[in-house]
Amino acid sequence: MSAKSGAEILLKSLLDQGVDTVFGYPGGAVLPIYDALFKHPKIKHILVRHEAGAAHAAEGYARSTGKPGVVLVTSGPGATNAVTGIADAFMDSIPLVVITGQVPSTLIGSDAFQEADTVGITRHCTKHNYLVKDPNELASVMKEAFFIATHGRPGPVVIDIPKDVQVAQPDTDTPQRKAHARCNIPHEADIHDITKAVELLAGANAPILYTGGGIINSGPAASKALIELAELCNAPVTSTLMGLGSLPSDDPKWLGMLGMHGTYEANMAMNQCDVMLCLGARFDDRVTGRLDAFSPNSYKIHVDIDRSSINKTVRVDLPIVADVGKAIEQMVKVWKGRKLKAANLDKWWDSIEGWRDVKCLKYRDNKQEIMPQYAIERLYEATKEYNPIITTEVGQHQMWAAQHFHFHKPNKWLTSGGLGTMGYGLPAAIGAQIGNPDALVIDIAGEASIQMNIQELGTASQYRLPIKIFIINNQWMGMVRQWQELTFKSRFSESYSDSLPDFVRLAEAYGWKGMVIDHPDNLDDGIAEMIAHKGPVIVDCRVTKNANCFPMIPSGAAHTEMLLDSSAVTGEMDDEAKALV
Amino acid sequence: MQIYKEKSERHVLTLTVDNEAGTLARIAGMFTARGYNIDSLTVADVTEDRSTSRITIVTNGPPAMIEQIIAQCERLIPVHKVTDLTEEGPHVERELALVKVTGSGDNRIEAIRLADIYRARVIDATTKSFIFEITGSPEKIDTFLTLMREVGFVEVGRTGVAALMRGSEPT
Ligand SMILES: Cc1ncc(C[n+]2csc(CCOP(=O)(O)OP(=O)(O)O)c2C)c(N)n1
Ligand SMILES: [Mg+2]
Repeated sequence: MSAKSGAEILLKSLLDQGVDTVFGYPGGAVLPIYDALFKHPKIKHILVRHEAGAAHAAEGYARSTGKPGVVLVTSGPGATNAVTGIADAFMDSIPLVVITGQVPSTLIGSDAFQEADTVGITRHCTKHNYLVKDPNELASVMKEAFFIATHGRPGPVVIDIPKDVQVAQPDTDTPQRKAHARCNIPHEADIHDITKAVELLAGANAPILYTGGGIINSGPAASKALIELAELCNAPVTSTLMGLGSLPSDDPKWLGMLGMHGTYEANMAMNQCDVMLCLGARFDDRVTGRLDAFSPNSYKIHVDIDRSSINKTVRVDLPIVADVGKAIEQMVKVWKGRKLKAANLDKWWDSIEGWRDVKCLKYRDNKQEIMPQYAIERLYEATKEYNPIITTEVGQHQMWAAQHFHFHKPNKWLTSGGLGTMGYGLPAAIGAQIGNPDALVIDIAGEASIQMNIQELGTASQYRLPIKIFIINNQWMGMVRQWQELTFKSRFSESYSDSLPDFVRLAEAYGWKGMVIDHPDNLDDGIAEMIAHKGPVIVDCRVTKNANCFPMIPSGAAHTEMLLDSSAVTGEMDDEAKALV
Repeated sequence: MQIYKEKSERHVLTLTVDNEAGTLARIAGMFTARGYNIDSLTVADVTEDRSTSRITIVTNGPPAMIEQIIAQCERLIPVHKVTDLTEEGPHVERELALVKVTGSGDNRIEAIRLADIYRARVIDATTKSFIFEITGSPEKIDTFLTLMREVGFVEVGRTGVAALMRGSEPT
């Protein structure tokens, strides 16, 4: 018999995995683990204010550090509260290990107090999940869970541990099974496929690199390799929302984000290209627009670590199942080895310059009121030297941030892409600040979204985290209002942000600094004051109320049917545009 | 906006999976969540140590969907191997059914005669009823059931399809 209890084995497993931080919230079904934690000064526990906050914080930690995020919550409501963050991590391929307490195994199935079928509830929003009924399995499961969360396409893994298993003293406290035996890890890409891809790229007249979150997940080396590949083949580069930062935005080959709120040049280039190299992206509907009109004449090469992403929505010509970073490195090697030269792409770049000249991100000048785009532009200018980590909530502000804030490095942009979870940004910022104590971490928020996990202000106060929340306050659930304006003849059903709190007093109530910026002339000074403040700050940035986010490809429309009409800030869209929505 | 209806194909898949709690729920749930069809599903452990099960799934859908189904199955951690028998080549499929029929006189005699032709065995009998056991391809069982409906069919229990590749190699 091992002298260790299940709870102690769990903590030992965490230490073995190099975990030093756990985001959690206690409760009856995890008390033995919290008791063991009490004696383990090496593992830092961050007490959140709601379990969704724990999961999002762990996501922010993972995304900004490249390490898996660890969550610890109690059974029943603790677990169900965490589900949103788990589902979010699943959609965005974020490695999490979520430990949930469960009622004692003898009571499972009896509708015991705080019992929920956690493995049942999370089965389809986790990469894998476990109910550990045998304490002897605990060490093996812990090891395997970390392996699964971090290898292949990353994702969340839930481990549900009944209270009696936490207390039991099993025979073994070390893993008995090989963890990786059960996990399919793609091998290196086939060199023939890589060579073929490189030849196609070198022979293309209108190539494009379409990159995604896979490059970030692959690690910083993948971004370095991407820069090199783009340089060699001289192809323009666009990215999904999740991939921003993999190519520095000041690179002349950078086209900006693509898709529904992507740039005109990115979407036109996707439409007109002859060879598309998709690197760690998944042809999401927000990216492709109408499928039958998506990049009709291109030869499509798709590199993805997850075979099920290939041919899921768009049929491709050359599938390559591999770690995208390794595959790019192989391509660079083949290109250099063969001393290839990019074809003359002058004509292609001329077309791109033409599309760039449309200046699709321009917006109405406004001397009286702050334009939200302008606020983000000034925030970028004022903070870029700090290389900040930016998180966002969900809505117009998120898209404006993606368009007008620019990234130079991976792991600096944390946003909820796949699930689109309002309330992600503040807890994610907490996780990012914990993982990067010296970084400037800013949550670019909407006034509606920030209220979804506003309780986490207390967490930041408790751990003295100098997070900045920059609220783009347009007094509307702007993205909802925009869709209602475009689709439902401006019948603004329940999208007004009524009864807003006084964000300054709210900040102060939590020991934060609170500020209002309400005039374009005060913007730069206000931002400077925010940065200069050592502690956490909420900036209530009052922007013009009715701005809409453009360009926009209405859902179901083709890339070429983009709406550019940024003058339609308050006006009515023409009928043709309306029909497209 | 048009909705294309692509032609469906029937495919028989076999999955080698870890025999552990939740594996079946994971697979069946994935089919439901992604809108795939399950025509039949059988599962039983197949190794001496009971660590591994074989699942046979009969599904149908357009070719692209079948490809996705296989990839999505492979993505699940307890799934080790997925084989599309329909693609791989010649294979055998068998299903077992228990069929209850009641009747007297000519119907009863006819039921017995048909059962004999289809090599169904009588495994329970009363003066008013039989239970037949029949093994064969799903089509054979379908045909048998059609005939039985004319001679006093009461109910049927079917196992779903089990299938293996022909030849000496393992699937
Ligand atoms: C949890 C959740 N509920 C609802 C939505 C739908 N939704 C998307 S954007 C949005 C409005 C967001 O408003 P705000 O935070 O003020 O951002 P804005 O669009 O005004 O910048 C809503 C309700 C969502 N994405 N997430
Ligand atoms: Mg708003």
